[in-house]
Amino acid sequence: MKKIEAIIKPFKLEEVKDALSELGIEGMTVTEVKGFGRQKGHTEIYRGSEYTVDFLPKIKLEVILADSAIDGAVAAIVKTAKTGKIGDGKVFVLPVENAIRIRTDETGDKAV
Amino acid sequence: MMKKTTSVIRLLAAIASLAMLGAVTSTLHAEDAPAAAPAAAAATPAPTPIAFTNAPASVQTAYLLAAETNGDPTPTNIAPVAIAGHNAWMMVSAAFVLMMTLPGLALFYGGLVRSKNVLSIIAMCFGITTLVSVLWWAVGYSLVFGANFNSPFLGGTENFFFKGVTSDPNTSYAYWVSQNVFAIFQLTFAIITPALIFGATAERLKFTALFTFVIGWMFLVYFPLAHMVWGSTGLMNGVWNAGAKIPAIDFAGGTVVHMSSGWSALILCLILGKRVGHGKEPMPPHSLVLTFIGTALLWVGWYGFNAGSAVAADTVAANAFTTTTLATAVGAFTWPLLEFIFKGKPSVLGFCSGAVAGLVVITPACGFVNSTGAVIIGVLAGVIPYIACTIVKNIFKYDDALDTFGVHGVGGTVGALITGVLVDPAVNGNLGGAPAVANGLAKAIADHSLVVAQAKAAGITIALAVVSTTILAFAVKLVIGLRPSVEAEHQGLDITDHGEEGYTN
Repeated sequence: MKKIEAIIKPFKLEEVKDALSELGIEGMTVTEVKGFGRQKGHTEIYRGSEYTVDFLPKIKLEVILADSAIDGAVAAIVKTAKTGKIGDGKVFVLPVENAIRIRTDETGDKAV
Repeated sequence: MMKKTTSVIRLLAAIASLAMLGAVTSTLHAEDAPAAAPAAAAATPAPTPIAFTNAPASVQTAYLLAAETNGDPTPTNIAPVAIAGHNAWMMVSAAFVLMMTLPGLALFYGGLVRSKNVLSIIAMCFGITTLVSVLWWAVGYSLVFGANFNSPFLGGTENFFFKGVTSDPNTSYAYWVSQNVFAIFQLTFAIITPALIFGATAERLKFTALFTFVIGWMFLVYFPLAHMVWGSTGLMNGVWNAGAKIPAIDFAGGTVVHMSSGWSALILCLILGKRVGHGKEPMPPHSLVLTFIGTALLWVGWYGFNAGSAVAADTVAANAFTTTTLATAVGAFTWPLLEFIFKGKPSVLGFCSGAVAGLVVITPACGFVNSTGAVIIGVLAGVIPYIACTIVKNIFKYDDALDTFGVHGVGGTVGALITGVLVDPAVNGNLGGAPAVANGLAKAIADHSLVVAQAKAAGITIALAVVSTTILAFAVKLVIGLRPSVEAEHQGLDITDHGEEGYTN
């Protein structure tokens, strides 16, 4: 059981969600986040005042899957979120010790 | 400002000049109005007014033509009354100029501050509206447009508490408009002028200090200056005061409104000091959408301000209406064009700033220049205040928070001077009227030397604003203090001064 954490461009969220749904993935958690990597921020100018905005808006998408489903899901995210330009984001894969479905007390792969 | 004086000196000068022309003229063209008035007085030294219904048909026709064209009815010997068309336009104009402050300026400035201070701007605009209205009723109108001091610097006491301010015309200022409408129209100017100042001091001036400052500022700066420029005995009233020592022209308030507030704003923001964190932390406008709406309301309201300053629905108003539109559009085109050239992107704040700058610079000129002059003024309005706000401010590092000095102080000064260069007597016959001939204005225009008188008027305005503001600011600082605590400034004036928030989640 592993967790995929993907930081993607906000306008790519729908495409990524659709691609994951086609793979039969039934749930995910999405958060609006801000940050910067190599893309850096941008400059805003208000008359004589210039401000550098360091943190850009991104989407953080979290999915927990059985080990066997991880490679396909990561490939789908990378394929659909890619524009080829700087700032496309990153995908992290992390180990997960356990999962529990609160309603049924199911644990492990059955709970994700 | 449409007016005619009743002073003896002006009467004698006008009589002399007209006697030489052999003129007891029956001409009732609007633009000849000021000249015709004393002429009639010369022919019949103490005429008893006759009723309209008792007058011969030809006299009735002459009277009605004068009423329609904002002409002088004196030769008909029938007393002028408030006329529907002129009165209607002036009531609309007064409402439009009030709209410039509430909500125009409140939204324009309100959008430019951080969200924690938006209500402090609204409270400032609303508070000044209430305060100045009472001051104006009690003494202000009389000190500006009264005459019994017979002084070039201040009006008189005869209209204190609106005494005598009825629906009948005050013929010193307008033949065909009710004096109470004229007084309220002028009130709306007296409201917006001090309100402009506090863009420079935004986000860091205590409300109590602001209110106290405004009371003093009206007496030390606005009332004297408005009388000097527009009062029937005013020092710089070139168009209407035959005895004006400085025959300058200011149609709708380049000196009275924009220079006075803009230069006072610079001094007050210097004495006040910078906002906490200025230059170190970002202070971007919290809503350029509000700023845009405010700008649009200012532009529309400004038709009342500029065209309404003809104090009649006449040909001079029509010219002012046209020049105001052209200068504003060109200013609003030029400013973002410069941004596009030098910064890469034309901004909405650039469109807004250029529009307001265009409105400011055309204000003193709108009733005196032609459409070509208006376009030239629009270009200057887009360029010079742009330089003031983006380059000069960054060199000298003063915290003119919302660019009151850059737009109104600099723009108003440019307008006052350029009016002397671009003036076109063909668009406004009053520039060749008897008072203008008597005080030298007409000659200065013919000699292309009016800019000298304009520079003197600008210099007096700057001196009055700078000295008065310095004295007042230190007095208020001594008595009640100017700034909130650093903690209060961090929290925002909405909560600390007004106990409420503009936006809650």
